[in-house]
Amino acid sequence: MVAASLRSGPDANGHFGAFGGRYVAETLMPLILELETAYRAAQADPAFAAQFDDLMKHYVGRPSPLYYAPRFTEELGGAKIYFKRDELNHTGAHKINNCIGQILLAIRMGKTRIIAETGAGQHGVATATVAARFGLPCVIYMGARDIARQAPNVFRMKLLGAEVRAVESGSKTLKDAMNDALRDWVANVHDTFYIIGTAAGPHPYPELVRDFQSVIGKEAREQILEAEGRLPDLLCAAIGGGSNAIGLFHPFLDDESVRIIGVEAAGHGLQTDAHAASLAGGRPGVLHGNKTLLLQDDDGQITEAHSISAGLDYPGIGPEHAWLHSIGRVEYQSATDQEALDAFQMLCRTEGIIPALEPAHALAALRRIAPTMAKDQVIIANLCGRGDKDIFTVAEALGFGL
Amino acid sequence: MTDRLSARFAACAAANRAALVTFVTAGDPDLETSARVLRALVKGGADIVELGMPFTDPMADGPAIQAGNIRALGHHMKLRELLEMVRVYRLEDNDTPIILMGYFNPVLSYGPERFAADAAAAGLDGTIIVDLPPEEDAELAPYLQASGLHMVRLATPTTDAVRLPKVLGGASGFVYYVAVAGITGTASAATTDIAAAVARLKAKTKLPIAVGFGIKTPDDASAVARHADGVVVGSAIVSLIGAAAEARANDLPEQVEAFVRSLSTAVHGARKEAAQ
Repeated sequence: MVAASLRSGPDANGHFGAFGGRYVAETLMPLILELETAYRAAQADPAFAAQFDDLMKHYVGRPSPLYYAPRFTEELGGAKIYFKRDELNHTGAHKINNCIGQILLAIRMGKTRIIAETGAGQHGVATATVAARFGLPCVIYMGARDIARQAPNVFRMKLLGAEVRAVESGSKTLKDAMNDALRDWVANVHDTFYIIGTAAGPHPYPELVRDFQSVIGKEAREQILEAEGRLPDLLCAAIGGGSNAIGLFHPFLDDESVRIIGVEAAGHGLQTDAHAASLAGGRPGVLHGNKTLLLQDDDGQITEAHSISAGLDYPGIGPEHAWLHSIGRVEYQSATDQEALDAFQMLCRTEGIIPALEPAHALAALRRIAPTMAKDQVIIANLCGRGDKDIFTVAEALGFGL
Repeated sequence: MTDRLSARFAACAAANRAALVTFVTAGDPDLETSARVLRALVKGGADIVELGMPFTDPMADGPAIQAGNIRALGHHMKLRELLEMVRVYRLEDNDTPIILMGYFNPVLSYGPERFAADAAAAGLDGTIIVDLPPEEDAELAPYLQASGLHMVRLATPTTDAVRLPKVLGGASGFVYYVAVAGITGTASAATTDIAAAVARLKAKTKLPIAVGFGIKTPDDASAVARHADGVVVGSAIVSLIGAAAEARANDLPEQVEAFVRSLSTAVHGARKEAAQ
């Protein structure tokens, strides 16, 4: 059966085709249902949208520009490339869009304490930022291994007044931080709101994160119509959990002429076991409250992901991407650590923009695709984060002592 | 087919005592010792055994059971090994109910239909799948039912009156009341709260009510046994296994047996003590 629109999901139970849902312990179920009720009420309340839009404009700095990148385009010698400049947002990434939406929801629900998980620290910084802005105490769970490799972001969170709790369990990275955040939530359900950082987790999180991030795609649609008088031929974005990508893609899903590509992190290569490409190398499974494609072994144990980009270093993917992959609407490709590093340097050199390693994966895919397209065709790529946080990682990879 | 679980709860009720339900992680600290632990639980007086299927991401569990999962997975414990352990145990004990407790992904990966058939053949009596609420359990429930396995459901302090019928709807075997909103192995609930919760559940279901979470000592267990049909102890036993494994103790199963005996004595004598 084909739905009239690809934008109408999820269904009433939070399923996107065979994916999504609410796989949580019974203690959390009533909370998840309450969150859904509160979100529906917020959606129907013009005051909520007005408050969100006002903060987007005056606090986050939206709309972010849609920038035509002449030298990057010229060097690839194909389609015209535009960048959606979400790295210019307050806090330097798209993460803040979602955090603003969720903290407004938390306040509507009367919650007085905020928790979140973080991998690279971008979502942790964005959450600590909005918690400071609204005066709520905030605890960020972060894998001990990530704390060691993301010291500047740990310090930022602390400056913003958040408590950063090191997670020593499991692989000591993002998935374990999410486990501990869920453990905190289940023990503090009465007063705590969990701000999930990507378009994953139990329903309604994948839907509400997507909705808050869709500001990216809505703006891009208007901006490209103004700049080019038509829709783009191609959209491209990097995928970890997939929130920046779904935010760009969703407003275009019903536009059949728009080709859409998501780019997973191939780490050391898809043929190795050190990658984070859960669509290319995963199987259907259940983790962190949703059914999706997961990196796992033959016994259903979750395996560790690898990417040079800590933000893509997660063994799963948002359920809506798993569904869009299964129906073929979005094409998913991948880029290795090395390809991302090469593209990272190319953008620095050609456009004077230091991107985060996450969008560098999307840029790497563009280097393959753009040259095969005609010069009058148009691409929009999401530049979802700036690269300041990554300079230590990149310096190390390039053998440059800091 | 005889229903070991119903028979055991009926026998406990007839003796006017609560059932002691013990949880350990299968394969903890290793497969061979774990098989001996299973025997030790029953020898120590456990009426019902919950065997935990290890998972890399046990989101509802506290540090003790997380560590048990890590120890078992360190030896690559697999679901089919858990089933084999039960099959072998059944050769010597065909009466003690054994319930598999765990997370859905290993079962999903094994294949729910095949799992239900193999679990019943091995001699399991039912499942408690922590992250499979009624809203999602259609992927497993029909297969369990077809194989004669119980699907034990969880009720919690956050399960309100509106939601309770949904939880009790497809439940069988017993209802597991999670006494504390939180993870395993943490704070204990007040006995008065537990008594009220059990009464609330009893008004809506004829199934036995077992209470778990935060019950660590014989005294804790005794207090709960006055009100509930079953008393579940998990983290305290798993902690003991962890400490004995760390110390490389040769008498790990005997230590488990002695601790479980202290629990069973308390649980089985609780109502007589209360009556005196």
